[in-house]
Amino acid sequence: MTKFAEIILNGLALGSVYALIALGFVVVFKASGVINFAHASLLLLGGFTVAKLHDDLGFALALLAAVLVTAAVAGLVEVLFIRGLGRTEVHTLTILTIGVDILLTTELTRRIGSDVLSLGDPWKAGVRDWGGVHIADARIACIVVAVLLIGAFFAAFRFTAWGLSMRAAAEDREAAALMGIRLGRIQFTAWCVAGALAAVAAVFLAAFPSAGLDRSTGQIALAAFPAAILGGMDSAAGALLGSLVVGLTAALMAGYQSDMSWLGANLGDVAPYVVMLLVLIWRPTGLLGSKERARV
Amino acid sequence: MSDRVSSTVTRPAETLPARHASPALPGLRRWVRPGAVTAVVLVLLVLPFYVTAFWLQTGLFAMAAAIGAIGLNLLSGTTGQLSLGHAFFLACGAYGYVWFAGDSGRVGVQQLSGPGLPPLLALVLAVLLTGIVGGLFSPISGRLRGMYLGVATLALVFIGHHVMLNAKSVTGGFNGRSVTPMEFGGFTLTDGDPDGLEVLGIPFGQLERLWYFALVLVLVAALTAHNLLRGRPGRALGAVRDSEIAASVMGVPVARYRSAAFVVSSMYAGLAGALIAMIFNRVVPDYFGLALSIDYLAMIVIGGLGSVTGAVVGAVFVTMLPQVLSKYADTLPLVVAPGSPDSGVGPGEAARYLYGAAIVLVLLFAPGGLVGLLRGRPGGAPTGRRTVRLGRTKDSIRTGSKG
Repeated sequence: MTKFAEIILNGLALGSVYALIALGFVVVFKASGVINFAHASLLLLGGFTVAKLHDDLGFALALLAAVLVTAAVAGLVEVLFIRGLGRTEVHTLTILTIGVDILLTTELTRRIGSDVLSLGDPWKAGVRDWGGVHIADARIACIVVAVLLIGAFFAAFRFTAWGLSMRAAAEDREAAALMGIRLGRIQFTAWCVAGALAAVAAVFLAAFPSAGLDRSTGQIALAAFPAAILGGMDSAAGALLGSLVVGLTAALMAGYQSDMSWLGANLGDVAPYVVMLLVLIWRPTGLLGSKERARV
Repeated sequence: MSDRVSSTVTRPAETLPARHASPALPGLRRWVRPGAVTAVVLVLLVLPFYVTAFWLQTGLFAMAAAIGAIGLNLLSGTTGQLSLGHAFFLACGAYGYVWFAGDSGRVGVQQLSGPGLPPLLALVLAVLLTGIVGGLFSPISGRLRGMYLGVATLALVFIGHHVMLNAKSVTGGFNGRSVTPMEFGGFTLTDGDPDGLEVLGIPFGQLERLWYFALVLVLVAALTAHNLLRGRPGRALGAVRDSEIAASVMGVPVARYRSAAFVVSSMYAGLAGALIAMIFNRVVPDYFGLALSIDYLAMIVIGGLGSVTGAVVGAVFVTMLPQVLSKYADTLPLVVAPGSPDSGVGPGEAARYLYGAAIVLVLLFAPGGLVGLLRGRPGGAPTGRRTVRLGRTKDSIRTGSKG
């Protein structure tokens, strides 16, 4: 039973990291219709900035700097590559983000090399013991921070003028533009928000029990793809739900690995993708994604 | 076809079809393309007599990639479906061939299985197997469109990698499995058997023999795709890409054509994978990762979406770039040899930079790809047959779906 509780808690923590990443995908998708493949490299950039700066600035300031840097770079990508091509089809833009990802990832992995960088986070390797249930401090912090950030995001989405224009733009771009909403600015802030969330997610991906930030950390962001897709690419709540499903599945599969050895090692890594395929067969637009309606 | 109308409105400079724009010597123009193709084929035919093994090997990989890219182009360029699962189908073809042609037995500590069929039959079966696997994916490939399919196919790469690592008796596990060479009635495509074969004084080893085999496969693949695109199926697929609703109104069964495009594209990937296996002599699971899928996507984008020539040009560019850069690393400025103590950009990294930059620059400044540049139409061809769109325009997104 304690093992089960540990697995569930770990799954929730994993799910909340995925939620931070998946929310980034969804925000960008809603604002610009692009699936942002450069997200993985933005995440790596966030982690890398924290790793380089935390010695001089301390962890909190380094994290703040990383959030700003990543948000700025994400915004830059939007200004340079996405906005200017307003008329181009979204598929082309999606492939363009793959190109950006290759450039940014190559530069970062060249700098990181084969090192494993410490992020100097305050939770270190602390583990808490709640009546026999062991859980790392970093995991608890992860759940708390994710809940706060995601709560703030949903509040902003629901109650602020920015959230309103964002929803309006996602609903009908042309009508929103005619109502005086600046689509360019909406799109820009969406990319910045996605970048900032990615930087925070990077910290928790590299925190204990992971060894630290290495060149492959960005790849983990890919596991948030199934989360975003199975929830429904255009639904922020769907991204949350999908992330929890993916996090719990991965944790359960990894936790009960020994009972399912006939399925092979490292089952936790592929389980999210299997779940995604099963959901897509059942509901092609994801769990909470809006049905595509067509007007002829 | 609302997007066709909108492009007329927004891009008046491109509304005139190019063949009307340049009426000079229309008879000559008709012969430019076949002439160029013949010249390239002739050069490729004599190449093994002149170039070193390095260039032959690189060229062979480029030819294998060309087959896979042509297949992906049928799916992405013509039908507008994004696929990131191409590496999985390459792996299906490679391991399918290796298993069908392989004998069962014990190699080291690993017990391997395999029916030990003749290699040519194994190749055909491997391609069919890949097609069947692609067909099994049709509940998803027929219903999802565009980018959604792209992310869904991402799953295939990871699940496939998992299976490759764990189905040890078929794949040999992490260390892979050695490949039975291709053979035609006692004539093997290896360095031996017949031993010491020479043609016009040039020793004909594995690379030279495989070269001609690969050349035949590429030509057959390109010709098939060319005919497919110019015939009824190609037009139906283009209609599905441009407007799903218009296509279905005109009687095109959309889901069936999407699945069919997926199956055909998988079979091309299977053939390419089997050829890659023959060139490598050994297949390992780690080769067939997500990076390989992205490579193929990059090939068709850089080359030019929707055209067979574009796929071939892109495949050659993407395959040869890292190889050539590593070979000439010491003579290039700013690039240091791999493993050297100087800090700087290694050839592998330089190739990645160029490759990423090529994708970005091509999409920014020449959406028609390298082929579009060659034809002097960097913005992509305006004529219906050669439209280089991938997927729908923003206009049709707006009316086609809420999001």
